[in-house]
Amino acid sequence: MEMFEGIVLTIITAATPLLFAAIGELVTERSGVLNLGVEGMMAVGAVCGFAAAHLTDQPVIAIAAAAAAGALMAALFGVVTLIFVGNQVASGLALTLFGLGFSALIGNAYVGIPGIGLPKLDIPVLSDIPLVGPIVFGEDPLTYLAIVLAVGVWWFLFHTRAGLILRAVGDNHVSAHSLGYNVIKVRFLAVMFGGACAGLGGGYLSLVYTPQWTQNMTGGRGWIALALVVFATWLPSRIVIGAVLFGAVSILQLHAQAIGVGIPSQFLSMLPYLTTVIVLVIISRDRTLLRVNTPACLGQSFVPDR
Amino acid sequence: MRIELVRRPNRSRAMAVLSPLVAIFLTVVAGFLVFSAVGVDPFRALYIYFIEPLTAWWSVEALIVKAVPIVIIAVGLSLCFYSNTWNIGAEGQLVAGAMAGSALPILFPDFQGPLVMPLMLILGIAGGMAYGAIPALLKTRFGANEILTSLMLVYVAQLMVDWLARGPWRNPAGHNFPDSRPFDGDQILPVVFGDSVRLNAVFAIVIAVIAWFVLRRTITGFQITVLGQAPRAGAFAGFSHKKMVVLAFLISGGLAGLAGICEVAGPTGMLRTSVSPGYGFTAIIVAFLGRLNPIGIIFAGLLLALSYMGGEGVQIELGMSDQITRVFQGMLLFFVLACDTFIFYRVRLVRTPAAGARAEGA
Repeated sequence: MEMFEGIVLTIITAATPLLFAAIGELVTERSGVLNLGVEGMMAVGAVCGFAAAHLTDQPVIAIAAAAAAGALMAALFGVVTLIFVGNQVASGLALTLFGLGFSALIGNAYVGIPGIGLPKLDIPVLSDIPLVGPIVFGEDPLTYLAIVLAVGVWWFLFHTRAGLILRAVGDNHVSAHSLGYNVIKVRFLAVMFGGACAGLGGGYLSLVYTPQWTQNMTGGRGWIALALVVFATWLPSRIVIGAVLFGAVSILQLHAQAIGVGIPSQFLSMLPYLTTVIVLVIISRDRTLLRVNTPACLGQSFVPDR
Repeated sequence: MRIELVRRPNRSRAMAVLSPLVAIFLTVVAGFLVFSAVGVDPFRALYIYFIEPLTAWWSVEALIVKAVPIVIIAVGLSLCFYSNTWNIGAEGQLVAGAMAGSALPILFPDFQGPLVMPLMLILGIAGGMAYGAIPALLKTRFGANEILTSLMLVYVAQLMVDWLARGPWRNPAGHNFPDSRPFDGDQILPVVFGDSVRLNAVFAIVIAVIAWFVLRRTITGFQITVLGQAPRAGAFAGFSHKKMVVLAFLISGGLAGLAGICEVAGPTGMLRTSVSPGYGFTAIIVAFLGRLNPIGIIFAGLLLALSYMGGEGVQIELGMSDQITRVFQGMLLFFVLACDTFIFYRVRLVRTPAAGARAEGA
């Protein structure tokens, strides 16, 4: 029983960074911008969060630093793709390359230093309930923040006027522009939000998941988050399901490696990536499902006619 | 004050030539700032990074050795990007080619003769093609996004070669090092120039010239261009988009595979747990910096090879992370993409912003 509880707890911690990054990218893509730089933004968020924690010993400042770093990285991307209308796919790759390199550069000084970690939320009576208690009430605060964020994004996108404008910009930027909305501004804000979320996801890795900094510690999670958005057909609720699913795959393969099931560890490590490919194929087969929710202007640059 | 883009009536030829140079200049300026920010003497660091590798003959040779695989891959990718197909997984196809080609000298170590090298090269190309075919078919059959699938397959290929080099293909006489047996004799790509420039340098030039010819002078090249630049026009003309996706992935995958087998049969001389320091990703930058033009790609490849040499230089002499290479590469790609805007647009500064419509963040 305790083993089961442990596995569920670790699955949730593995799902949290994916949830952060994917929910942010969902907002970015809903506004019509494809930012492939999630991996790079996560890496910079991870190192900045870790550095801030190390320098200040304040968890709140560390988390804020991670989010701010991610948002700044996204702003770079926004300048190139939105203001200079650079190709979004290539710019996103540039952001990933730059982010991975830049994080390693500033992280050089922090390799091998133990992190501070975040205190777990511990509600006295509730978290003592067997099984349910630690899982529902004993997570770290960032996990709750991620869930609140997912619900908030759902509410924002589908129940507020601003969310409607954001989706309109993503579905038809020419019409949105004709109606007087500032397409570039909306997109820039969406891109920055996506960056802040990716930064939080990265910060979660270096502050909670493995409280330390190592080069390339994001390990492809940014790319998996991008795939999650497609998997979720751009719907926040399905992002949560997808994040847990991918968290489960990555944790179960770790457990299988620990038990030693006779399969070489490399093949087990392939599982999250192979699952991503298979899931993408399954989702993409249903064209109508995708067409309903895919932002129609995804990846297209917009230059206002004056 | 805000920035406004005004479309030029025609693409600017002057900017097409100038923009890569401006991008390189801006990268150097940004590099100056990065070096200053991390507390290194920026003049010395920039000298070590960009000039020093060019001051000795051996390091110029090393530069060419690094540029060759990048150019070979980038030429293939430029065909892909030209047809608006996004193969991001060249690194994985490179590894697949290296594994397929290495099978021969590892499984038949005593096989020598004039046939060995051609067979290894063919196997390498076939391996890269087969691996590139996976995202292409997933795209054409199921509509799966080729950017994500091709990238995921990079991780899979890297784990696969890691397993091979540590497991079944490890050299039994290798003192437990995770390497295959060293290739020898005809299993090694011959040196054609100096001490270390091998036959694949000739391949790179020949491939670039052929690619230039195909793009500019053949009907296939015309189809690639039309489908990439005006997909609807291409569809009306009866060109098949699906065929083009598969073709683009086969060509770029095959070339990445060739680059891969030439690495293990050349500079490395054996199969190791890691085949390349990210040549497959660097080639993406080279394709763009070279304007998707095979001849431009040769120059861009040499420049990006310099970024690897410079990275090693500052690591050794200044004790910085060699990841500075990726920082420079990322910045360069950013600047190239931003500068390309000026080929098609004129930038105008507007004084009085319209009510509530200020541009952000410039």
